[in-house]
Amino acid sequence: MAAIPVDDLKITERFGPHRSAMTGVRLSTSVEPERLVKTHCCFCGQQCGIQLKVRDNEVIGFEPWEEFPFNRGMLCPKGVKRYLQGSHPDRLLTALRRDPTSPHGFAPMPYADAIARTAAEISRIQQTHGPQSVALLGGASLTTEKTYLLGKFARVCLKTPYIDYNGRLCMVSAGAANKKAFGIDRTTNPWSDMVGTEVIWVAGSNVAECSPITTNYLWQAREQGAKIIVQDPRITPVARTCDLYLPVKPGRDAALFAGVLNLMIEHGWIDREFIETYTVGFDVVARYCAEWPPARTAEVSGVPERSIRQAAEWWGTAKSSFLFHARGIEHHSNGVQNALGTINLVLATGRIGKPKSGYGTIVGQANGQGGREHGQKCDQLPGWRDISNPEHRRYVAGVWGIDESDLPGPGVDAYELFRKIDRGEVKALLSICFNPKVSLPDNAFVTRCLERLEFYAAIDFFLNDTARHADIVLPGSLHEEDEGTVTQVECRVIKINKAVECPGEARQDWRIIQDLAHALGRPRGFTFNSPREIFDELRVASKGGVADYSGITYEKIERQMGIFWPCYSEDPKTGAPVDHPGTPRLFERGSYNPIAKGKGPFYFEDGKARFNVAEYRPPVDDANAEYPLFLTTGRVVSQFLSGTQTRRIGPLVNQYPEPRIEMHPRLAAKFGIQDGEWTVAETPRGAITLRAMVVTTIRPDTIFIPYHWPGEKSPNRLTVAAQDPISKIPQYKVCGCRIRRASAPPAYATILEPQQ
Amino acid sequence: MPKPEYLHFFIDPNRCIGCQACVQACTECDTHRGESMIHLEFVERARSTQTVPVVCMHCEQPTCAEVCPADAIKRTGDGIVQSARKSRCIACGNCVIACPFGVPELYDDRQIMMKCDMCYDRSSVGKKPMCATVCPSQALFFGTREQIEQLRPLSTPVNRFQFGAQVVSTRVFMMVPAALASHEPRVDVTAAMAEQPHERSLVLRTVPGGPVDHDPFAGVTV
Repeated sequence: MAAIPVDDLKITERFGPHRSAMTGVRLSTSVEPERLVKTHCCFCGQQCGIQLKVRDNEVIGFEPWEEFPFNRGMLCPKGVKRYLQGSHPDRLLTALRRDPTSPHGFAPMPYADAIARTAAEISRIQQTHGPQSVALLGGASLTTEKTYLLGKFARVCLKTPYIDYNGRLCMVSAGAANKKAFGIDRTTNPWSDMVGTEVIWVAGSNVAECSPITTNYLWQAREQGAKIIVQDPRITPVARTCDLYLPVKPGRDAALFAGVLNLMIEHGWIDREFIETYTVGFDVVARYCAEWPPARTAEVSGVPERSIRQAAEWWGTAKSSFLFHARGIEHHSNGVQNALGTINLVLATGRIGKPKSGYGTIVGQANGQGGREHGQKCDQLPGWRDISNPEHRRYVAGVWGIDESDLPGPGVDAYELFRKIDRGEVKALLSICFNPKVSLPDNAFVTRCLERLEFYAAIDFFLNDTARHADIVLPGSLHEEDEGTVTQVECRVIKINKAVECPGEARQDWRIIQDLAHALGRPRGFTFNSPREIFDELRVASKGGVADYSGITYEKIERQMGIFWPCYSEDPKTGAPVDHPGTPRLFERGSYNPIAKGKGPFYFEDGKARFNVAEYRPPVDDANAEYPLFLTTGRVVSQFLSGTQTRRIGPLVNQYPEPRIEMHPRLAAKFGIQDGEWTVAETPRGAITLRAMVVTTIRPDTIFIPYHWPGEKSPNRLTVAAQDPISKIPQYKVCGCRIRRASAPPAYATILEPQQ
Repeated sequence: MPKPEYLHFFIDPNRCIGCQACVQACTECDTHRGESMIHLEFVERARSTQTVPVVCMHCEQPTCAEVCPADAIKRTGDGIVQSARKSRCIACGNCVIACPFGVPELYDDRQIMMKCDMCYDRSSVGKKPMCATVCPSQALFFGTREQIEQLRPLSTPVNRFQFGAQVVSTRVFMMVPAALASHEPRVDVTAAMAEQPHERSLVLRTVPGGPVDHDPFAGVTV
């Protein structure tokens, strides 16, 4: 029974989100830290190096870590204030059980009892309905060790195929496109390669707010002569001073890429020799692009024809270039096609696999890269292995000491998992590091599914919005309470270091997973004593896979300040043991990889990259007569994802307290809406009332709402559960909607604090 | 230990993304913990995302100190103009009114003027100020003249500002587009404020070579 036990407000009163503030030792100027711990930020995929000030088992502040090469001390406001998530009044210090008789809906319980009860419920449900009646949801903010352990726990201990993770909302379109085009899924160059390049194309990335540290790379590139092209429906802070702004209509990116490539082909601005030698499939793509002359491209994409021509000329004639994209083009039911469209632009010029020329996708979460490589994704095994590939299955089953036939097959994506809950096929859920009630589209449906569960256990450090439905909450660990590795945006594997111990009865997440395995009576394979031991097994499990980590050690990471995978323990060419330095840049001419075996630089048997037709398809639930505007969603700089952490950090809440509906003054005027007035945004799924923010920096046919808030402030009440057919990423970045001036303020305005 | 002479503070508003990392980091500084001394404001958010970060410019002849009737504002030997001295400040607010850059603020609860002191606890021992260390766009930069010249060939550091008849020289530099700076190695603030702003105050090159104030959304119908 997973309906929330008491009224939401009652739960909020006790469990928050409440705002932390600088108080006590954190405000004192005379208290010195006992030590500084070098680690990384807990939030986005940039993974900035930071030093935490620690005293009396408490993180009391931070000191910049200027030696770490990626950010050299730079931090965004989230990084600066991240330490205020520790010693928080909302922190879960014990396990909880659902208790409708308790005033706040939950009662504390001993940790051991909570583990025993969770294991008993899982066993009972699996005995009645089979192993596949239990599902697991993980997340890409977890260390790679934890994601590896979760994948193993699902398949070996629970024997269920149903595990997926919140990277499904984030990185999967890029991942699928990379795999189709290159045979390997990662950014191709270190960010330092951007400086000195001639043109940088930023496709659908609000760099300044979502990956702030990348801004300095961008500006530095401009100082050295780079022209910057920004494609976005909003004039973001980076678009403000760019050299060419492409005001694309939401959901039309593939059309724009096809039109640009068409012009490049027409003018001969392509590298025929590279295409001939290193790629396959160009002719089919060229035929498709021929259907996109400039006038049609302009009409469909909303970008003026002369801007399309300028983009084609700059991109086509440059000698070096860098293209990167993010959720702006990926969060679409056409997300994989959009990403493939950018890759076609890169491959057609041959500007890849060289210093100062590359392609990258900006990961959103801390471990957006590592978290998608080692087995918490429904179709995948460690090392980017494929769970449907018999050879891959045999290898990993061998590492795990089980019979290949006992290894479950592929599961389903995170959203489909909820549909399975809805259909009664999945009866029990264990979740960690995922807040689908806020973060999934059409989240009223998600709530109904949570209510249908027979048993739900959540591991978390704060009681997030989804965990309010749980029967049992297991108190997990904060980032600074554990060690492990993550893989950041450039594919540098880095080390998270422990600063403090878990408070109260809270446990490191990997211990909780292992305790469950023991309580389920299947401890074999779950007897690790430290993250280091898990990592050592992961190295073996990833060995020979595309994402080969076998040559990485904790010591080597610290010594080199991060290691770019693949990093081999045995030379892929000779098989001899090797002290491999890692691979900062992929696809260099003449490079050797274990798939192509010297036939070429790309990760296919023939060593060649693939052109893929990147077809434009209109969005699902597009703007129409009844819902004539485009709704698009995204982030603000001071908040992160569903806000479980950042909505609890006072200074970050104060910076941008509540979501607002961004709209152009022409649109506002049509509906008689003034800046700051309450406005209703509505789609067939629901309606929310927020204040308007009237600015000329957004397309007049589009509204933007940031997605970090729950309940009546959540734009995911409006978004559509349409998914890309290949990657299954939801279409967060566009759907038809309408607005009107609200007749009265919403009821929540006088009840809830801004962060709630 | 005095602040090394060769390290300077440079502001480049062109780079600023308004993220407020500087504001948040400023509250972590040990001389005014919990309180930010940086001003970071949108120029006009309705029309642009342009923001401008303002730290104390540390004038060679600080107007704030000149107008202080209590002689509470001191400039250190290495050119840092400090917050008002507690024992002397009478919280009259003269400095707040007089500063041409609008930097000092009066804290009524404590009856004192406080302002940016370039993280004197850090910069006086050779560390970078908090804001310039964390700034993700490096709109706030702390380093040597050689470094800035090498890193920023498109702009020139300028530290002379004209306010009507008054010309102020500062310890902090403002980065000005190189073409403008070679023509006039100072910023005429009064003249800039008197200029008729563009209908759209953002500089946006949708069409290269075209008017910089072209509305990229002109063709979009509502």
